[in-house]
Amino acid sequence: MDLRFTSEQERFRAEVRSWLEANVPSPSRGTGPLPSLDTAAGFEAHREWERTMFDARWSVVSWPEEYGGRGAGLFEWLIFEEEYYRAGAPTRVGQNGIFLLAPTLFEFGSPEQKARYLPAMASGEEIWCQGWSEPDAGSDLAAIRSRAERSTAGGTGGTGGTGGGTGGTGGTGGTWVLNGQKTWCSRGAFADWIFGLFRSDPEAERHRGLTYFLVKMDSPGVTVRPIAQLDGETGFAEVFFEDVEVPAAQVLGAVGEGWKVAMATAGSERGLSLRSPARYTEAAARLVELYRRRAATEPAGAARRADAVARAVIDAEAYRLHTYWTATRVARGGGVGPEASMNKLFWSETDLAIHTTALELLGDEAEMLGDDGRPPPWLDGFLFALAGPIYAGTNEIQRNVVAERVLGLPRS
Amino acid sequence: MHFAFDEQQLEFRAQLRAFAEKECTPAAIRGAWTSPVGWSRPRWVALAEMGVVGLTVPEEHGGMGLGLVDLVLLLEEAGRSGLPEPLVETAALGVPVLLDAPGKQGEALRARWLAPVADGGAAIAVGMSSMPAVPGAEGADLLLLERDGDLHAVPAAAVTITPRPVLVGSRRVAQVGWEPSPATLVVSGFEAAGVLAGIEDRAAMGVGAVLVGVADRLIAMAAHYAQERKQFGKAIGSFQAVKHHLADALVRVEFARPVVYRAAWSLSEGDPEARLHASMAKAMASEAATVAARTALQVHGAIGYTWEHDLHLWMKRAWALAASWGDAAAHRARVLELLLAHPSA
Repeated sequence: MDLRFTSEQERFRAEVRSWLEANVPSPSRGTGPLPSLDTAAGFEAHREWERTMFDARWSVVSWPEEYGGRGAGLFEWLIFEEEYYRAGAPTRVGQNGIFLLAPTLFEFGSPEQKARYLPAMASGEEIWCQGWSEPDAGSDLAAIRSRAERSTAGGTGGTGGTGGGTGGTGGTGGTWVLNGQKTWCSRGAFADWIFGLFRSDPEAERHRGLTYFLVKMDSPGVTVRPIAQLDGETGFAEVFFEDVEVPAAQVLGAVGEGWKVAMATAGSERGLSLRSPARYTEAAARLVELYRRRAATEPAGAARRADAVARAVIDAEAYRLHTYWTATRVARGGGVGPEASMNKLFWSETDLAIHTTALELLGDEAEMLGDDGRPPPWLDGFLFALAGPIYAGTNEIQRNVVAERVLGLPRS
Repeated sequence: MHFAFDEQQLEFRAQLRAFAEKECTPAAIRGAWTSPVGWSRPRWVALAEMGVVGLTVPEEHGGMGLGLVDLVLLLEEAGRSGLPEPLVETAALGVPVLLDAPGKQGEALRARWLAPVADGGAAIAVGMSSMPAVPGAEGADLLLLERDGDLHAVPAAAVTITPRPVLVGSRRVAQVGWEPSPATLVVSGFEAAGVLAGIEDRAAMGVGAVLVGVADRLIAMAAHYAQERKQFGKAIGSFQAVKHHLADALVRVEFARPVVYRAAWSLSEGDPEARLHASMAKAMASEAATVAARTALQVHGAIGYTWEHDLHLWMKRAWALAASWGDAAAHRARVLELLLAHPSA
């Protein structure tokens, strides 16, 4: 056991830090902060920032060089994330692609698919959103009804037969036709591509007969209806599919194996890659500074929150250490299984606890919006944290997974 | 960065687990409850023969010459197996004090006590004047006792022991009558403050490790029961109300564990933030064990509320140790105090 970073890792950290210090959009240079990424202008500004990072090869440090990365290890990625949050750099508009789809592409994608999608994802040229939930399929994701059917030869639309695909026979030729509706697609209002699950074999058992598709958002038949979130901005969207033709080359993994592929994505979402600990340790450090200021001006009020502040800080640190623990195992060839669900429970509750405590410290000031009409950072972070126990599989679903697959309790 | 134990450390834990499965059964723990001092001399000697008791004793005194990172896994295992013997007090608290004791007194203490500890002939208890009673005082051969900020080493022959009835029969406490003298003084004044803080920090880490093991065992017992016990025609573990209780408790333990391991590493490395890390460890571990005990009882229902069922052997240990050397809230308060002592960012 050695909990020090190596001198190479420290050099890497210094390099990241100095690049971010010189490049992160900031008021002092007149380049920031960027407008909200859930507005049209903000989305494009964030896309440009992704491009800036990509050009300096900082956008995807852990990817192989051929796709725009540096071939860096897991700990270098964690260091990068720590520095990224420390620098107050913009939210990654490409995160659904980079942190969720990309690990799945690396695992299931063909060489052609990787070459086609990864570099454009890394540069921000193509921003991805996620198409899983449907109006009647949320926690019960396997209840999805949006369907994929093989097009009849020459396919120019039409729903071509009712048989659908047959599991596992795959093949890269031909065209699929998608129909149905996806909802709660984060970044869906402005994204260029969507990845999602469709039912390709209506006769199969419900977890079978699903296929994972990659679809261009400007394909004929795709309609996007943005949905305003709690902060009033269109952070997610409904996406409608009406006879949308998709080449078979845009199937990820085998036909009929979509559930397995999707669970790999879900594992990334709950586990290591989406929520690096830096987000929480950075917020926890800011919480201590907020407490310090409030203790000077409102000592009685601050004292009532002292225990909650300490708890939030310790939990954030526990998440960081647990991530290092897991990363050491993964770096030695271990995998992340159902324990990813424990991660998801812990980071989502920790995030909420940090931000709730901050708002309690702020008291009556907590509800004040900025002069621009936007929620200031603590309120903004609170609204975001509130979604944590819901997305990536609700925490109730995660508790079921932990109980059944880690503790071995019988299924309900 | 390499946050994992090595093969040797994991193997040592496996040996202790195998030993405890034979020698520390629930029946054996119940035996300890009704024994004279709450733990077993023969088992202590057997643990010493394995190298567990003298783990932190240098090799020239017959020990293993290992450190707190090696010890932490064994302490966790001791908690899991419900081992009643005073491992934390002897290996994590007492021996490091003897190793660092200054001057001629230090030399004499090492010459007198390290070899007996390593061969299982001696056990150590540690008491602060702020404690209402000293854990493990009854069975101890050497007592390290604080008074007025000084630390003294007092052999059992020079103290009077008044046992205090206590909830956990395998973790006795007693009031200790003794007279400080120049002959008992180990370290005083400013120097003593550092030694005493070191004891507190190793206790927070060491008791925290035991608590993680206790919590792990409590959840395992409850999960097992939830698979076996049927109501409404099916295992109660199939009901979400039960699942969610257990999942939440498991998450608390899962995230306490690396915090405890990190504290052991920081203490063994003399990291300047070791005190902060030790308090984080005890805060996480105390809470994890308290939640696990509460959850395990609720999952068991009335059977868990009986003297006859083994659950209370671990549940009561969780309660006692969660409060010992500072409860979760006390350590959270210290964490915040230490963080605020840093200059603001």
